[in-house]
Amino acid sequence: MMRTTAPSHLRALAPALALLALGACQREQRSFQETPPGATAFPAVQTTDIQAGPKTVDPAVNTYQENRVAVSQGQTWYTSFNCAGCHAPGGGGGMGVPLNDAEWIYGSDPENVFATIVEGRPNGMPSFRGRLSNTQIWQLVAYVRSMSGLTPKDTWSPRSDHMQEGRPNRTAQPQRQLP
Amino acid sequence: MASTEAHLPAGLLSPAERELLHQTWSDRPGFWGWVTAVDHKSVAKRYIFTAFLFFILGGLEAAAIRAQLARPENHLLDPDQYNQIFTMHGTTMMFLFGVPVQLAMAIYLVPLMVGTRNISFPRLNALGYWTYLIGGLFLYSGFILNTGPDAGWFSYVPLAGPQFSAGKRVDVWAQTVTFTEIAALIAAVELIVTILKQRAPGMSLNRIPVYVWAVLVTSFVVLFAMPSVALASMMLAMDRLVGSHFFNPAEGGDPLLWQHLYWFFGHPEVYIMFIPAAGFVSDIIPVFARRKMFGHTALVLSLVATGFVSFGLWVHHMFTTGLPQLGQSFFTGASLMIAIPSGVQVFCWIATLWAGRPRFATPLLFVIGFIVLFVCGGITGVMVASVPFDQQAHDTYFIVAHLHYVQVGAFVFPLFAAIYFWFPKMTGRLLSERLGKWNFWLFFIGVNVTFFPQHFLGLMGMTRRVYTYLPETGWGPLNLLSSVGAAMIGVSVLVFIANVFLSLREGVPAGDDPWGAHTLEWATASPPPPFNFAHLPVVGGLYPNWERGADAPVVTGLGNSHREVLATTVMDAVPDAIQTHPGPSVAPLLVALAIGVTFITGVFTPWGFVVGPVLLFPTMLMWLWPRRKPAAERAWCEERV
Amino acid sequence: MTRPPPRPGRAPALLALAALASACAHSDMSAVDPAGPQAGRIAGMTWYLTIVGTVVFIITIGFLLYALWRGNRRVESYAGEGAERHIRRWVIGATAVTTAILLVTLVYDFATGRALARFAEPDALTIRVTGHQWWWQAQYIDPDPSKRFETANEIHVPVGRRVRIEVRAADVIHSFWVPNLHGKVDLIPGYTNTTYFRADRAGIYHGRCAEFCGYQHARMDFLVIADPPARFAGWYRDQLRSSVPPADSVRQVGEQVFMGTRCAMCHAIRGTEAGSRVGPDLTHLASRGTIASATLPNTRGHLAGWVLDPQSQKPGVYMPPNQLKPDELHALLSYLQSLK
Repeated sequence: MMRTTAPSHLRALAPALALLALGACQREQRSFQETPPGATAFPAVQTTDIQAGPKTVDPAVNTYQENRVAVSQGQTWYTSFNCAGCHAPGGGGGMGVPLNDAEWIYGSDPENVFATIVEGRPNGMPSFRGRLSNTQIWQLVAYVRSMSGLTPKDTWSPRSDHMQEGRPNRTAQPQRQLP
Repeated sequence: MASTEAHLPAGLLSPAERELLHQTWSDRPGFWGWVTAVDHKSVAKRYIFTAFLFFILGGLEAAAIRAQLARPENHLLDPDQYNQIFTMHGTTMMFLFGVPVQLAMAIYLVPLMVGTRNISFPRLNALGYWTYLIGGLFLYSGFILNTGPDAGWFSYVPLAGPQFSAGKRVDVWAQTVTFTEIAALIAAVELIVTILKQRAPGMSLNRIPVYVWAVLVTSFVVLFAMPSVALASMMLAMDRLVGSHFFNPAEGGDPLLWQHLYWFFGHPEVYIMFIPAAGFVSDIIPVFARRKMFGHTALVLSLVATGFVSFGLWVHHMFTTGLPQLGQSFFTGASLMIAIPSGVQVFCWIATLWAGRPRFATPLLFVIGFIVLFVCGGITGVMVASVPFDQQAHDTYFIVAHLHYVQVGAFVFPLFAAIYFWFPKMTGRLLSERLGKWNFWLFFIGVNVTFFPQHFLGLMGMTRRVYTYLPETGWGPLNLLSSVGAAMIGVSVLVFIANVFLSLREGVPAGDDPWGAHTLEWATASPPPPFNFAHLPVVGGLYPNWERGADAPVVTGLGNSHREVLATTVMDAVPDAIQTHPGPSVAPLLVALAIGVTFITGVFTPWGFVVGPVLLFPTMLMWLWPRRKPAAERAWCEERV
Repeated sequence: MTRPPPRPGRAPALLALAALASACAHSDMSAVDPAGPQAGRIAGMTWYLTIVGTVVFIITIGFLLYALWRGNRRVESYAGEGAERHIRRWVIGATAVTTAILLVTLVYDFATGRALARFAEPDALTIRVTGHQWWWQAQYIDPDPSKRFETANEIHVPVGRRVRIEVRAADVIHSFWVPNLHGKVDLIPGYTNTTYFRADRAGIYHGRCAEFCGYQHARMDFLVIADPPARFAGWYRDQLRSSVPPADSVRQVGEQVFMGTRCAMCHAIRGTEAGSRVGPDLTHLASRGTIASATLPNTRGHLAGWVLDPQSQKPGVYMPPNQLKPDELHALLSYLQSLK
């Protein structure tokens, strides 16, 4: 007599799968039409931890930080728009400061990095306001932060198909120093 | 050595001894028995059932593809979903259905056909199934959790490499391949040993049924082809997870290396599916032509030749990559040459039908459908073996048409013939002939309506793996026709499922031999008892069940209180040794779980390759721990010696 | 139960021939409507294979159906020594015929292959095609550097002159395929492959990418436009020129929009400051009949839709949406449409 479906031990797997679901969906999410965080308003940038009242942060900011695809796309932009020309592939630095270390002159929170790219900074960082879409900038933010290990481990880029770059120094702790 | 029991007339088993034999060989009852079963029939039936579940899932994916492509610029699926679905369709059909179902059918049929009690390594057999199941569940869990592969079932680099396929999707694919390839290698090893060393006495090499030869050839093909894809998928996983450069041209690697390694496996893979199917046909036709098969030796040699030559064809998947023309010519020659043994088989089949008296039961209908579809698919195969023509047809719907004619026509149709033929043996009930004919006609017409128009679509420029197309191309009408055909195929599969469920409940009881067939499995009950044959037959010819009378010689002297199997010599099947087989055990499941932990966690962290082996060690120890013989068995062995 | 099934064999084969014949009306994307000698030789091979294949199919299935019909009328199986010998002669004969057909096919195949490979010529017009995800970059190579230029997605070739296409891949594997002109050749990272063809008939031939390359593999088309030699020379001269400077104030505003927003980050227009090579070269955009790698007509409306939201036309493509105010969009379109 042919046995039909397997019994209860497979059903027991369901809760475990449900737990995995949360992690997997976040990391692998791909979408074609999206409204990136801060699309309608410039995100609030703080240069100090101390504030009055509750902290206001766009919660959507974090979805990019934990999304492997966004980091990968950011890596593509990093090459396409020649960030590597000053900061070196892999973020080792050259004409521009290293991006894969623990020193963040203007802060390492996503909003800070976003502001850096949009506004430019003294001593050579160009302003990309109006030149890149918000989505592209947030993807770059995610990639830049991943270079120093500030995003979850499963979002980091493995090796690329180009000539080998220096290995990222992913020992950075989140730090903010003011000029 | 086998000896005659002095105290029983003619050495046959008494009812009490038979009852003991039954107890010795049965699976344990209940859920625990299901988990610990090592009977080849139990394992094979769940293997076949699981493979058919994947067939249905693969079919649903195909339905989604055809629904999306039925109209130009359709919005049913977006590009990401479409890429995942066609990748899952190919991966499921090739890795989770195609090879496993053929090996599973062999695991069921071969021990019965060669006249032995169980397959050669019973616990290893169970391990193969559990590994396969874990691989399949892993793939589909990934798919449900948005981590299913989306780079094609062939996963070409650099698209499937670390830079262009972000995330874990392709890693899930690579590890699924690892699981299924372990399961296939396990099946191949145990089938080779069973066929060479456990045949019934008297079944010399020239008396082995053609299907069993087909399984032997297939097993060797598996043995030599699977390592190539194992290597390739491991290299891909390393490139993606560890930073190696096997396929990175910027650092001295080569994307073409992937293609060579993959197709060195990929081409024999389709013959792994086709060769047993040809074996099915060669053992079904004599039954329904009511005549011995013409050209037994030619058929066997054709199968062996096909197996060998299948390793010389792989570059025909790479004719457009810019390889040197002289090299490609060899592969054109081999790809044309392999049509000759296939042709010989077709001619022998047609000759047997001509010389016999056909009766048109459902298995024969599927065989006839197979011959029509296989000749068509084989002819388009000869067409694409030509490099110039392939430079136009490669990666278009012409190839999709060709591959489905040979896969559906030359593999699935014989499989359905085999199911209709052997279902009574496996379950004790006949499938309905009326539903069977509906199943056949819907399937046959459906396949032609679906895939024949695709030949034209390919020559009109429609490339493969496209999620949509523009209306101006003019491909709409033929695509719609193709999708209508796909719906017919869906209905025919539903008819098949209905047939199976209804027949399980209310089908006509089959008896030992409802078809009047010639191979040994029909000499025992339907379904066979756990020990297959109370008395192993002694074989005197190529058509044992037709030639053996009621007083045919049998083997006596095997023990009843513990599992004993007779080993015979390779060439002439002279009894050689007696093997003790293990009983039910949970060790295979535990080892499979340890393997699963290793490879699944290995996708996410390198610690998986540490934790996994740590779990593997105690489970393998449990498996290999020497067993103390029970008193009855010790006494039996001492008395014999 | 013993009636033989009805005959399915011949109808599909005849249908095949009819359909193939009907495809002969000139099509801009058809492997059996050759517009040049390379595709012509392959089409000859195609017809040979199809006709021989159809005949073999009809004969084989004919024998099968005859065998079933004949066997069905038998009272006893045809067995015994004489039967075996008789059948053996037929089977050996059939195998011999099969082998002979295959050998002839092999010889024809080799001859065709050699003819195709010998089409190389040092004097051919050379175009270097680089495949990107999901567009085609085309550089016209000339020994004289001042006669080189770059364009995208639409390639013009002169009728009657051999063309050498050197293909490279910028990212993943693609495949360059113009069915009317020649078979396909793969673009593989790390390799440069070369193919030759000649267009003998003026016309617009549609090409596609034929190797799965990601989200927009389905819409990675291109055009090969075969012009009479005089028209081709004129086109070549125009392409060599730098971009047309904006002639009026609206177009000047449009140029400023182009340079001042995201466009110049990815697209190059020779003669201006925009020099990025991330996306297709737009120097002579208005001279092309299509946009979005030959999947949309090059009209003002389609251009507007493409610029505003490429993701709705080709989801997954690297070009981002651009929110432009209506007057900015109007100016930009006027500028782009002036780039002849």
